[in-house]
Amino acid sequence: MIKDITIGQFFPGKSVIHRLDPRIKLLLTVIYIVMLFSAKTFAGLAAGVAFLLVSFLLSGIPIKMMLKSIKPILPIIIFTGILNLFFISTGEVIFSWKFITVTTGGVRTMVFMASRIILLICGTSLLTYTTSPITLTDAIERILSPLKIIKFPAHEIAMMMTIALRFIPTLIEETDKIMSAQKARGADMETGSLIKRAKALIPILIPLFVSAFRRAEELALAMECRCYRGGEGRTRLKQLKTAPRDYVAVVLALAFLAAVIFLNRVWI
Amino acid sequence: MGIIRTENLTYIYGEGTPFRHVAVDCVNVDIDEGEIVGIIGHTGSGKSTLIQHFNGLLKPTSGKVFIDGEELFADKSRLKEIRFKVGLVFQYPEHQLFEETVYKDIAFGPKNMGLSDDETDRRVKETAKMVGLGAELLEKSPFELSGGQKRRAAIAGVMAMEPKVLILDEPTAGLDPRGRDRILGMIKEYHAEKGTTVLLVSHSMEDVAKTVSKILVMNDSKVFMYGDRSSVFAKAEQLTEMGLTVPQVTRVFDRLRAMGIGFDDEVFSIDYAKDLVMRLLKEKRGESVD
Repeated sequence: MIKDITIGQFFPGKSVIHRLDPRIKLLLTVIYIVMLFSAKTFAGLAAGVAFLLVSFLLSGIPIKMMLKSIKPILPIIIFTGILNLFFISTGEVIFSWKFITVTTGGVRTMVFMASRIILLICGTSLLTYTTSPITLTDAIERILSPLKIIKFPAHEIAMMMTIALRFIPTLIEETDKIMSAQKARGADMETGSLIKRAKALIPILIPLFVSAFRRAEELALAMECRCYRGGEGRTRLKQLKTAPRDYVAVVLALAFLAAVIFLNRVWI
Repeated sequence: MGIIRTENLTYIYGEGTPFRHVAVDCVNVDIDEGEIVGIIGHTGSGKSTLIQHFNGLLKPTSGKVFIDGEELFADKSRLKEIRFKVGLVFQYPEHQLFEETVYKDIAFGPKNMGLSDDETDRRVKETAKMVGLGAELLEKSPFELSGGQKRRAAIAGVMAMEPKVLILDEPTAGLDPRGRDRILGMIKEYHAEKGTTVLLVSHSMEDVAKTVSKILVMNDSKVFMYGDRSSVFAKAEQLTEMGLTVPQVTRVFDRLRAMGIGFDDEVFSIDYAKDLVMRLLKEKRGESVD
């Protein structure tokens, strides 16, 4: 069901991970991504996995949710996996049929890339699971605010992101409703050829766009009614403050990064 | 056995997540064919979830649903057939309009049923007339219509499928009193003409009381009671506790009866109340003339 897409869903909680400063959490995510991309061996990736597992356990989010976040991107993983499998021709040939050849290098890259993408998604979804969209964009705004000097619209971009994130669940719900309504009118979205299925999307996409535009207009009006005039002179109810635990977290993440770099030398 | 029957129907949202919520809890109902039933309950009482089971949009977490004696989900390939038997009009149905013209939008359902062009044409024209959309509107884009017209066009889209059961979820939400009366009148007329079973979901007792003959009250994910209007309104106190009200006229006349002014019938609509009062006044005047 479409409701299973959980990107951008926030799970309220009071764990250490939830309480970290969102700016630090963003930084940690960046360190984590660097970890994954600097890992050149499976041992290196294993350190990334360890970091992810520790964070997940600390956050108290069920591991099941982690698996759930992978589900929507499964096609991408399979697609890149197949590409890697057939187009990398280093190492020994395991299997060969007409123009298709599979090599050990190909298998290795396939597994490695797939694990990297999965880890990437799990890590970033942990960020959105433990950080409410509002605090997240708040953090982005604060991080980008030095760029205001060169007229970079940090506040506007943060506001756009807040709104976009806020409306993901709403739009998903709306899609669900429209799908049900059209199904009740006998629309068939599950069977038939690819072209037929693509055509079956029209009765869903058009109402969805119409309602998205309507919502945008209503929201703009509501914001203006509350005298929204952009970021200038806006103060915040909740000021972001870093605590000792934030520094501990950064040091820990850097330690894991060092471990990854060290483990890169250990060849599997 | 009725046309819609459920056996210990239970539905749970988000099983296994922190958002787990029992929306429908062990519901047993049996609705007879040709009946016009109001399903009433507070927001979040599970009425919308319940009706989505009646045409197989939701699969029960446990329990069974029978439509016309046939168990839903016993054979998945039959699901589409059953959906044609049970027409479901969602809340704010105008949000589902998508075609270039009103005509094509109403024809979407019948076309999906695989009906011939002639039959589709007949049904579109017939239902458009029934919901009060003139021929000149049929060639317009549905997005050019007024709010009330859009709503009626969307309802016509389901009616044109001529289902054995028509279910409407809050068909009058967000409409002005005139638009509301028009839709309710239209539903009544449709029921009288076609004799189909109609389920009307609402949280407004006034709307329901005017239109239906039997009422199903949902409270806290369970069926509180199912019976005809007067037996339901007799439990005014419990209904009020649930945050539901008995229609104003009914309450006024209950009080009048308590005060000793005799009206034999239960009163559910203003029109009927007016008739009764007029008759009473005439009787009194008649006495004084004598």
